[in-house]
Amino acid sequence: MADKRQFCTFFLDRFFFGIAAEKVQEIVRYQNITFVPLAPVEVRGLINLRSQIAIAIDLRLRLDLPPLNDDRLPLNLVVRVDGDNISLLVDDVGDVLDVSDDWFEPVPETLTGKVRELILGAYKLENRLLLILDVEKVVDLNSSSIA
Amino acid sequence: MTIDREDLTAFLVETKETLSQIETDLVIFEQNPEDLELINRLYRSFHTLKGNCAFLSLAKLEAIAHGGENLLNTLRAPTARESSSIREIINILLRVVDIIKQITIALESTGAEGEEDYSELIAAIDNLQDFDSSPSATIADPQAETPPAQSNQEGTKTSGLTDNFMRVDVQRLDELMNLVGELVLCRNQIVQFSDLLNDSSFLETAQRLDLITTDLQEGLRKTRMQPISTVWSKFPRVVRDLSLGVGKQVSLELEGEDTELDKTLIETISDPLTHLIRNCIDHGIETPDLRQAIGKPPEGKLFLRAFHESGYVKIQVADDGAGIDLAALKARAIELNLIAADRAAALSEQETLNLIFHPGLSTAKQVTNLSGRGVGMDVVKTNINKIEGNINISSQPNKGTVFTIEIPLSLAIARTLLVTSGGDRYAIPQMNLLELIRLEGEQAVKSVEMIHGSPVYRLRGQLIPLIYLNEQLQLDQNPNRAKFKDCSDDRRDGTLNIVVLQARDYPFGLVVDAINDIREIVVKPLGKQLKQISCFAGATIMGDGRVALILDIQGLAEKAHVISDDKEIDLNTESNIAGKTNDEECQMLLLQGLDNRRMGIALSRVARLENFSPQAIERIGQKKVLQYRDRLLDLIDLSAILNPESVNSISDSTNQGLLQVVVVNLDRERNVGIIVENIIDIVDQRITVKSDTDRAGIEYAAVIQGKVTEIIDIEALIAAA
Repeated sequence: MADKRQFCTFFLDRFFFGIAAEKVQEIVRYQNITFVPLAPVEVRGLINLRSQIAIAIDLRLRLDLPPLNDDRLPLNLVVRVDGDNISLLVDDVGDVLDVSDDWFEPVPETLTGKVRELILGAYKLENRLLLILDVEKVVDLNSSSIA
Repeated sequence: MTIDREDLTAFLVETKETLSQIETDLVIFEQNPEDLELINRLYRSFHTLKGNCAFLSLAKLEAIAHGGENLLNTLRAPTARESSSIREIINILLRVVDIIKQITIALESTGAEGEEDYSELIAAIDNLQDFDSSPSATIADPQAETPPAQSNQEGTKTSGLTDNFMRVDVQRLDELMNLVGELVLCRNQIVQFSDLLNDSSFLETAQRLDLITTDLQEGLRKTRMQPISTVWSKFPRVVRDLSLGVGKQVSLELEGEDTELDKTLIETISDPLTHLIRNCIDHGIETPDLRQAIGKPPEGKLFLRAFHESGYVKIQVADDGAGIDLAALKARAIELNLIAADRAAALSEQETLNLIFHPGLSTAKQVTNLSGRGVGMDVVKTNINKIEGNINISSQPNKGTVFTIEIPLSLAIARTLLVTSGGDRYAIPQMNLLELIRLEGEQAVKSVEMIHGSPVYRLRGQLIPLIYLNEQLQLDQNPNRAKFKDCSDDRRDGTLNIVVLQARDYPFGLVVDAINDIREIVVKPLGKQLKQISCFAGATIMGDGRVALILDIQGLAEKAHVISDDKEIDLNTESNIAGKTNDEECQMLLLQGLDNRRMGIALSRVARLENFSPQAIERIGQKKVLQYRDRLLDLIDLSAILNPESVNSISDSTNQGLLQVVVVNLDRERNVGIIVENIIDIVDQRITVKSDTDRAGIEYAAVIQGKVTEIIDIEALIAAA
């Protein structure tokens, strides 16, 4: 029997993503975002996360996906990387899933562009693919803007 | 052998304190060799140290501490104190302290005492003891001598208060401080909410919460405060060693040792202060011979003063030495290619003094082992700036030099001015704030002059560059901000809010949409994704729960090219904002001279542009002067000098309008006014075509804006006048 892993899942455009559950701090509804001038475009701004200041990254922009419709507000999926809380703006969140390592596949050939760079691989679920996001790379805006 | 980590940490902390106390006492003792109480205290310190070492089985340390203890004992005999060897004994004891420090550092990093052999030192100690053959006669148990106070393990504290103190990990205090910061924000929100709710009992509760939070914040702030003497305690030793090393006599005077400031700040200022002290001893205070030759007492004085003033702690390091030689400083800066010779000539006294902070400058004629390696003062300034502090120098020849450091009481909470631009609020640290200006209607249009695309404001006659916050932050260009475009349009026909700020001693105006109010805020760092944006120093959470950014004025000014690296005023222009390079370009004030000739003056020399009525001109002999800012301003009539044949100079002609005068800085003391016919423009242009000219007062001719322009040589012009 292969090992099982837990992933926090969420939706973004037509994709189904997962982030290792232990990296996810919490999920918070949409908050006022303070715009940060001169910041990288992917940074939507700063939010007040229970009196701590966290950067909100527009995950759609980060992955080169089209923007969310104006009538919908994203959710904050707060991840913890190197001691910092960072909010990833996602369309909607799904369940926490236990998946077996047996189902793991390297990055599918069909994926192109930024999405491909920022994912670790995919799990073949029964009816869809779960793309696993490389959180460290996603929040490292400085290196990827050079690449 | 392994030592319990916790025991070791406690030992190290305590030893550090004991050592610093021993150092201070030794230096005092050197001056007061008759003070037996002092010897006893020293003896007890060494004794406690020895005991602790034995407890932890630190054999080497124990042997050394024991040696020190024995040596001290010899000092109890009057013969030893009378002999000239007292300095030698103190030297050895200080070495003992140094070696114990070394070993503790080794202990801290490796957990072991290290492999060094100190038998030589111990032998030297034994040697010194020989002149008193009966040491044990005077040894008494120190515990027995002064019974009540000495049961403490602190060793350093002579009072019995020790039991009331406990050690707390600073990190724990940091965490508490963070929590209180959050409580403050939460309180702000609740108070705001209570105003809306209009419920009297809730309002009352909110007010109590307000009070308690303030007290708590203040109380916690106090627990983090330490008297500045914690850093100063090492200076008597430093001063003694340094002055002996360079053969100077220096006495140190401390004032305001009880002045308290935040622990983290105390740590940060330690190195800069040491550096300043070194500087004073090395460069400031003269040798005893020289001092006597110029009628000063042979012993130089070094003052350390600390006091609170308007929310800041001020620390002064002052000496009564030679002062800073401005000419030598300039010459050195020119020699090192830090500044061009003609720029140097134009520098004011204060600007010249500030050259000291230029990276890579050292005025010491020779490099000593203390200072003068060319690194230092710039690092001092950088370190102080890092904690939102400032450093200023004043110096008088043969009277001495005073360095004044200003640092905030605490870093976590800052007083800021809130402003709005592009619909968002920004906080400006009060440290940088000079004044606020609000211009309405006509006035707003008139007082901002656009000189070749660079907005400038005349603040009481002085030209200060203006930068627009929304332009600097590119608020108009951001598509997300498009909806706020209206706000910035309002500004154009309505009021103009200028926040006059100071970055590196240079004032500039920051134009914002609205000025809100002064607020105490809790500073929070920005994540590393945003660290590279130099315009922001951090962020904070406002009473309504929203986040606001804190502007970094220095960073903003640098971005706008209001200040550049060589600290020259550089009026910002459209081309700068667009990011074009203009390194080679130079800014010229264009004038219309006689016969419609175009002339230029380097803008770097121009202090002010003024208008005077011709009636204001008075004469002293042949000279024309003007009463200007409580002084007499010599006037030079440009056309009279450049065209002596001309009968009518500008100022003589029955001119109906006002005279335009360009005030030029010669040095700090002197200004000269040049009467010109008309000021045309300020240009920012690369000068490619140059031709020499033999006309008096003209440096060269160049082509500017497609026209031949004569560039005025101010020094030659004055000589010709």
